[in-house]
Amino acid sequence: MERAVMDVDRSRYEFKTKEKLSVKLEEGLTEKTVRDISALKKEPVWMLELRLKSFQEFLRRPVPTWGADLKGINFGEIAYYANPSIEKKARSWDDVPAEIKETFEKLGVPQAERQYLAGSIAQFKSEGVYYNLRKDLEEKGVIFTDMDTALKEHEELVKKHFMRAVPCTDNKFAALHYSVWSGGSMLYVPKGVRIDLPLQNYFRMNSGREGMFEHTLIVVEDDARARYFEGCSAPRYEEASVHSAVIEVFVGENADVGYTSVQNWSKNIFNCNTKRSLVNKGGKMTWIDGSLGSRVTMLYPMSILRGEGASTSNYNMTFSSEGSWKDTGAKVIHAAPNTTSKVVAKSISMNGGVAAYRGLLRINHGAKNAKSHVQCDALILDDISRTDTYPHNEIYEPTASFGHEASVGRISDEQIFYLMSRGLNESEAKSMVVLGFLDDVLKEIPMEYAIEFNRLIKLEFSKLGAVG
Amino acid sequence: MALLEIRDLHAAVEGKEILKGVNLTVKTGEIHSIMGPNGSGKSTLASVIMGHPKYKVTKGEVLLDGENVLAMLPDERARKGLFLAFQNPVEVPGVSVTKFLYNAYSAVHKSEGTGKTSAAFPEILRQSVSAVGLDESFAKRQLNAGFSGGEKKRGEVLQMQVLKPKISILDEIDSGLDIDALKAVSISLKAQQAKGTGMLVITHYQRILKHLNPDFVHVMVDGRIVKSGGHELAADLENSGYAGLLKGMGISFVEDSGKI
Repeated sequence: MERAVMDVDRSRYEFKTKEKLSVKLEEGLTEKTVRDISALKKEPVWMLELRLKSFQEFLRRPVPTWGADLKGINFGEIAYYANPSIEKKARSWDDVPAEIKETFEKLGVPQAERQYLAGSIAQFKSEGVYYNLRKDLEEKGVIFTDMDTALKEHEELVKKHFMRAVPCTDNKFAALHYSVWSGGSMLYVPKGVRIDLPLQNYFRMNSGREGMFEHTLIVVEDDARARYFEGCSAPRYEEASVHSAVIEVFVGENADVGYTSVQNWSKNIFNCNTKRSLVNKGGKMTWIDGSLGSRVTMLYPMSILRGEGASTSNYNMTFSSEGSWKDTGAKVIHAAPNTTSKVVAKSISMNGGVAAYRGLLRINHGAKNAKSHVQCDALILDDISRTDTYPHNEIYEPTASFGHEASVGRISDEQIFYLMSRGLNESEAKSMVVLGFLDDVLKEIPMEYAIEFNRLIKLEFSKLGAVG
Repeated sequence: MALLEIRDLHAAVEGKEILKGVNLTVKTGEIHSIMGPNGSGKSTLASVIMGHPKYKVTKGEVLLDGENVLAMLPDERARKGLFLAFQNPVEVPGVSVTKFLYNAYSAVHKSEGTGKTSAAFPEILRQSVSAVGLDESFAKRQLNAGFSGGEKKRGEVLQMQVLKPKISILDEIDSGLDIDALKAVSISLKAQQAKGTGMLVITHYQRILKHLNPDFVHVMVDGRIVKSGGHELAADLENSGYAGLLKGMGISFVEDSGKI
């Protein structure tokens, strides 16, 4: 049987916007670059000091070699800061410069905001260009704004949380991030405020040899609830670009936080992020990551369950195709009694792509009756693709219970023949098996995400044939 | 009127010839049964008619209403009105029976140019599920995953009932069925026959044939049909066995004990 070539459809993202820049720093990274970024942003001294400390950490650390191949990154050739030409951040799409507004319209961002979001931020290159939050939430004290505005208007709140979940010493890319970070968003939800609709930030890179280093701070106080959604894309360029975000999430007592990220970066992008949440007593943190694009993705969202009864779920879906290496997983630390965690990772590799699951699960001594379950399933669509699994489990508490399941599957010729014998063409048949493989993740995620995920997966896999 | 014509069909797998010149014609509303010892090529015939890529047709032709089926991919054959009820239906985890059948139904009926058929689908599915004696919840389950042997077989007949093929090949649809299930399946098949579906029923046992009352019974040995007759042939076989029957025909026969 002829095997139809299939891949993630990125046609929706492959357009390049003619840009007007007000500031673009020289390529390359020196202490001067770091100081220039801070000066351009007119930052407080403490932030500059954090940047400089981080920069020393960045210089000190070698590029990690234990995971995906990062040799294609040339830190000296990347533009670390490029500010789109805007007078001020818009609160209405009408005030966003036409060419940038058009970019986001093509990506469906304003439309999504109108339909089902409580608030929205759009970032073009290094800076947020638009932010909006529903009035009623603003009145309840919710803050949702781009990070630069947050630092200006809510400095104490930022200072209290910034770099408190992810230190600059965590890894080389975190150190890089803290040296040159720009953009991102801050979400603050006061005690007891429960937001039903998700808030979204959409990130768009637009040129080759570009760096994007947004910082996201999510602080959800006791008994509050929030859902945050993040989308990323870029058109493809020949030169490598780097995306290195840090996401810090603070989950208050009995608070409920969901963070969903779907990235469809182009295949010139090295995507190395650090995401971490600190979860207090009775709090609940849900990570959902869909990783479709990029050349390399290294991402291991982490939850530190530090209060009794805290829980976390981590759903991770990756697609690796030709020229793409996904090294992803989850990290959970149980540091208190009666904490629970659940990790479900699903990877699909095809057309020579590499997908690796790398996870850490630690249950500290004293985390009595902690419970954890890790499941990682891989689906390989052909003989030239690869999957690896590197689970790392450390259980120091005798009363803890822990389960781990892993599977590697293929789409069998018998499955395809069976489905084709019922009238589905080959790509429809494959698409059906793939969506079936993902089903136990898709059905676990909350409805508002599931709808968006289904839409994206159908869109991305439209070349596989439409499956309803 | 549908017509499936198999002419001098030869097919091989991994270089070994399994079918050595099969001739058979199935018309609308006819039930043909193929019986034969293990390893005689019955299942291979079913797979070749449906287009399994593992088998290579070396000679002969298969025509559906005069069209050359062998040049088509399996999905095209399905859209032309062929159906195969599998002996061992594969599991497709995470895909519900409903979702699968909805897509299959849309694909098959798209080619008929009937336009929007999907509105009728839920009712067709509901009726079909009940017709084969399955509970409503069956439609929500994952396709063949964790099904009992009997559920798999009923599921195949359910699919056939929904897709309404012109010609259906049923490969050991009766194996693993208890008495009640056999009856339910047979009633469904007879109803489909009455609506014009032609069938090729591959079986080892006379049991199902008592319910189906086939128009023709064929005996297949070593890749050929060696004897054809009415349904009384099935009874003769049950009494004398393949060896006895063939001995009477002057054919020596050694059961291929290597095959199941």
